[in-house]
Amino acid sequence: MTQAALVLGIGNVLWADEGFGVRCVETLAEKWAFGDNVRILDGGTQGLYLLPFLEEADILVVFDAVDYGLEPGTLKIVEGDAVPRFMGAKKMSLHQTGFQDVIATAQLMGYCPETLILIGCQPAEIEDYGGGLREVVAAQIAPAIDIALEKLRALGIHARPGRGDDRLLADPAILRQAYEEGRPSPEAACRTGDDRFFPAAD
Amino acid sequence: MVVQTPNGFNLDTSGKRIVVDPVTRIEGHMRCEVNVDDEGYIRNAVSTGTMWRGLEVILKGRDPRDAWAFTERICGVCTGTHALTSVRAVEDALGITIPENANSIRNIMQLNLEIHDHIVHFYHLHALDWVNPVNALRADPKATSELQQAVSPSHPLSSPGYFRDVQNRLKQFVESGQLGLFKNGYWDNPAYLLPPEADLMATTHYLEALDLQKEVVKIHTIFGGKNPHPNWLVGGVPCPINVHSTGAVGAINMERLNHVSSIIDKCIEFNKNVYLPDVVAIGGFYKNWLYGGGLSSQSVLAYGDIPENANDFSPEQLHLPRGAIINGDLTTVHDVDVRDPEQIQEFVDHSWYEYAEKGKGLHPWDGETQAKFELGPNLKGTRTNIEEIDEGAKYSWIKAPRWRGNAMEVGPLARYIVGYAKGHEDITEQVTGLLRTMDLPVEALFSTLGRTAARALEAEYCGRLQKHFFDKLVTNIKNGDESTANVAKWDPKTWPKEAKGVGMTEAPRGALGHWVRIKDGRIENYQCVVPTTWNGSPRDSQGNIGAFEASLMNTKMERPEEPVEILRTLHSFDPCLACSTHVMSPDGDELTTVKIR
Repeated sequence: MTQAALVLGIGNVLWADEGFGVRCVETLAEKWAFGDNVRILDGGTQGLYLLPFLEEADILVVFDAVDYGLEPGTLKIVEGDAVPRFMGAKKMSLHQTGFQDVIATAQLMGYCPETLILIGCQPAEIEDYGGGLREVVAAQIAPAIDIALEKLRALGIHARPGRGDDRLLADPAILRQAYEEGRPSPEAACRTGDDRFFPAAD
Repeated sequence: MVVQTPNGFNLDTSGKRIVVDPVTRIEGHMRCEVNVDDEGYIRNAVSTGTMWRGLEVILKGRDPRDAWAFTERICGVCTGTHALTSVRAVEDALGITIPENANSIRNIMQLNLEIHDHIVHFYHLHALDWVNPVNALRADPKATSELQQAVSPSHPLSSPGYFRDVQNRLKQFVESGQLGLFKNGYWDNPAYLLPPEADLMATTHYLEALDLQKEVVKIHTIFGGKNPHPNWLVGGVPCPINVHSTGAVGAINMERLNHVSSIIDKCIEFNKNVYLPDVVAIGGFYKNWLYGGGLSSQSVLAYGDIPENANDFSPEQLHLPRGAIINGDLTTVHDVDVRDPEQIQEFVDHSWYEYAEKGKGLHPWDGETQAKFELGPNLKGTRTNIEEIDEGAKYSWIKAPRWRGNAMEVGPLARYIVGYAKGHEDITEQVTGLLRTMDLPVEALFSTLGRTAARALEAEYCGRLQKHFFDKLVTNIKNGDESTANVAKWDPKTWPKEAKGVGMTEAPRGALGHWVRIKDGRIENYQCVVPTTWNGSPRDSQGNIGAFEASLMNTKMERPEEPVEILRTLHSFDPCLACSTHVMSPDGDELTTVKIR
């Protein structure tokens, strides 16, 4: 029987590199098409809303920005039981608590996907509300997608070049290009604040 | 030293200071500090929003027709309600009316969010403040079955075998070391009062609610095209109706409508057989724990929502009531005009912002979002490592909105008090019925438990309303009206050079407003005043404390180092970020940092 896969991007696109996961699934759907057994989903920062999607999947591939104290732009691949542990290891944003809970809940309910793969990227900047991906992180989108395609191929799931299913992705207004190009200037919209939460841009 | 606030609370900072600080970094977080006297009573409370909320500034210069897509990303819980508020604000500014079907569909979506959110909040975010899942392992399944049949005779899942199975599943989960969701609770705290059987019953419903909620959200997928980020549209809803189609992509056909109808019925059943009986049963054990009322007995605010007819927001046409009560006078419900610059004003004297004119309150249309982070002279610690905040100075990222100068509570309890005071038929009947069943006086409403009960009553009422609007939609379609959007003013060339508008909704957590100014087809200013801004507000220029702060006052803590009572009451507001009182420690354990100074 064909396995069902969920390819999920999580994170908040409004917080610079926090949007890495969502931008990965966007780019994936622009360039690659899959069969009906694969869903590509922008999960944003949602928690329990994602459960129905997990329930349908045998394989879960998650793209996310994860802070593991590595060089910015480093990719980190984690598989199996290590995924929920890893996501809680050094919490960077609340969506990771949320997503760890989603996996725990799916396990409790007995429908967590059997195969878990996390493709994470160390962010360079997340304290820039309204900002876009930093270059070093944006440059990892293509390699991250290559890794996902290779992992899926090894599981018997093949992509073909071409536009994929983007119905579960973000509205065009906040797709990466529109979002980043439409950002107001620092003069129009303040970008500085306090040291802990909103540091001045250097 | 004891200081009396203008809104009548005696603040005493002499007792030991307890800091509950979940400071996490991104999505919106809260810190809470209280002073506790020698007997364990909270005598001063300080609530700090530690999140910069800068949506206003990133919307500048954007296309107003796109604003909903950005506002959907503000929060990790309620996407749709921000989107709805946003399209309403833009429609109001541009004088765009929506078709009747769009009103019905929006109401069904918004009610769905209320129901989903209330159920998830009660079982998955709040129940563990009252229910002890570890204690459930000690329950006798047979006695649990008897309890279930006593509290809800019509709920089919009630056999001893069923509860034994759930208990075994829980045991396995706990024994495999994955306590996960239930980790690091204060499970031996004497604040937990349920017998093991009630704990097992409620924990079982935690699981049933999980199964239900993933059905509930499908309504958003059907009408919004997708979830968790449904599509919205200025001028209506983005889903075409074609009842004769069979599976056309996106179009609403009879098959999809039938699916919606079956989900609505499932929720009605669940609320009747599970949610409400649980609140009554659990509440029964906590009847003497009537702390947490805070502002609810004196000043509450609701904008109202769920208009019966499209484009008519007059108070008598709204199913969720609108009104303001001040000074505890339930005999007078004031009408609320969100456009009136004298009514709603935001103050920043204790918030990390500055206005051009100091000490002034600004109406959101004229709102300013200029950050100014500074700490008071009585701060303990450093700028980046605050041990004890100085609430005499600026101390929160949340502004202090006021209605005619009054700090207000918003949310299900506020809506229900306004409805009750106005004599709203359905609400009054529900409230008096519940008080009678539980043998409690009306004053019991003004409590943490009252807040939790109002949410359950509202979920039940919203289920009935949802059915009403579903029937209305189907009737209208059968009469030949398939219109779902008005695009006459879609083109910015049809807009005035300058316009301003306001959108209001009742989000699950309370009154939500977006105020927009549009100039030359672009957003010039955008201000959101969200429910947690009202409830979590810091002190204002007059020294009035906000709803969170007021609700904690005079609560008895069993063990000050285990803030069960603080979490219980704060959770009862369903703060905008449900996870806001959790942080993760380096080894992945969930943890709330509590420091006593």
